[in-house]
Amino acid sequence: MKTAVEGLGNWISQAAYGAGYALVLMIRAMAWFRSAFRRRALNDICQQMHVCGIASLPVTLVVSVFTGAILALNGLIALEDLGQERLIGGVVVVSMAREMGPFMTALILAASVGSAMAAELGTMKVSEEIDALEVMGIDPAKFLVMPRVVAMIFMCPVLTIYSSLLGSLGGAITAYFQFGVTFAQFQAEGFDHLVVKDVYTGLLKAVIFGLVIAVVGCSQGLRASGGAIGVGRATRRSVVTSFLLIIILGYYITFLFYGLGD
Amino acid sequence: MALATEAPTETSTTTSPLIELENVHKSFGDFKVLDGVDLKIYPKETLVIIGQSGTGKSVTLKHIVGLLAPESGRVHVFGEDLGELKSRQIEKLRLRIGYLFQSGALLNWMTIADNVALPLHEHKQGMPAQKIKERVLEKLRLVNMEHAADKYPAEVSGGMKKRGGLARSIVLEPEIVLYDEPTSGLDPVIAATIDELVIRTRDTLGVTQVVVTHDMESAYRIADRIAMLYNGKIVAIGSPDEIRCHQDPLVQQFIHGSSQGPITNRDQL
Repeated sequence: MKTAVEGLGNWISQAAYGAGYALVLMIRAMAWFRSAFRRRALNDICQQMHVCGIASLPVTLVVSVFTGAILALNGLIALEDLGQERLIGGVVVVSMAREMGPFMTALILAASVGSAMAAELGTMKVSEEIDALEVMGIDPAKFLVMPRVVAMIFMCPVLTIYSSLLGSLGGAITAYFQFGVTFAQFQAEGFDHLVVKDVYTGLLKAVIFGLVIAVVGCSQGLRASGGAIGVGRATRRSVVTSFLLIIILGYYITFLFYGLGD
Repeated sequence: MALATEAPTETSTTTSPLIELENVHKSFGDFKVLDGVDLKIYPKETLVIIGQSGTGKSVTLKHIVGLLAPESGRVHVFGEDLGELKSRQIEKLRLRIGYLFQSGALLNWMTIADNVALPLHEHKQGMPAQKIKERVLEKLRLVNMEHAADKYPAEVSGGMKKRGGLARSIVLEPEIVLYDEPTSGLDPVIAATIDELVIRTRDTLGVTQVVVTHDMESAYRIADRIAMLYNGKIVAIGSPDEIRCHQDPLVQQFIHGSSQGPITNRDQL
């Protein structure tokens, strides 16, 4: 019993330390935003934007099209009973813009880019490259974390728009081929139900998710220790922590904008 | 066992130390690494710290550069107590110190030349690009690495990585250079080349150097003084000849690499 309590205590204290470390790292990285327009920093940011954005396009395409298709299929099965299949455009377009676009994009980025950030920085940490930067008087928060955070804050919304459009397309294709809902009907219903609030809520989520993924990935990497095992542990933790935060924050942002009434 | 005290050389009696560790203690969890280390390092000397793996040699170096802070005791560098300095002040002080890491610690996505230029880009922002290029080539020439300037760290050997790391550590022309196991994992010829570089760096740049190693050949070649760290304490310090003739059986076992003696007897307990 005592061991279990001790274990829980250790877990809580480590989690609190990790959260504090990530928060401080985020503030330090944001404090360096002012130097984002220097040539060297801009190069790093563009490189990271390529890694986060361009490299994630194919997987986002597949996931988004099928997410839209699944939404349409499930929605149409329910709407068919009511004879309201034509409404499916609104269901898919609004769901993709408000929830599924940012959510699926964030999960893809957390699994691919966030984990890569943790592994890359973790390897640098255990091979003393981070110490070398500190000895050279170069703040890793400025040199490594800030470009990744900026790139994710920009690319996560861009990918979210891309994901939402492709998801809607996937939904439209399913609606047409499975239930005969025309593209024109789908589009008209979609735009009828979509409001500006849905778009900016989705984009706000994307910005916050991008920030969370970058900060969690970098902080886990910078805290890695113990060689290859430590890097593996940091990578796994970054994915698990990002997933949990995306789901929890996603709920609260939706609640904040839609759960409290107008 | 008689603990050795400071055995200052001629130069050290006339000047105050550039680096001073006073009764430094450091533990990682239950493992006590440094247990009251006292050490003085004087300007323009090369002090070599020897000792078994895991005795805290690298930890001592990391205290000197402020990467680790002691649990108790004091570390003075350039007359400043590191414990009293704010992180910004420590960052500034580090610019006067070069540090060669065991693996070279070059950034893998940059060429060797870009690695060497990095501290200049970060800290000499008014420096013209041509001057930076000249300074980088000058330092690479000093370590015989001009020909590999455009290669990436993954494309060069371990010895070349260390030489690249050395060029980077001296590019800001520091007053102190710290070396963490500069010859470990290298063949004897390359190790001798690195030793020559350490000697040349001291002679041409006039820097104070602290070298951590367990390679005795290397230690005798480059040291003005040698200090032996054992069980978290400095147990012997003196010139290479004084260490060779040291009476302590611990020192004798270590420098001769004997499998029998007080070190192994204690480890077997």
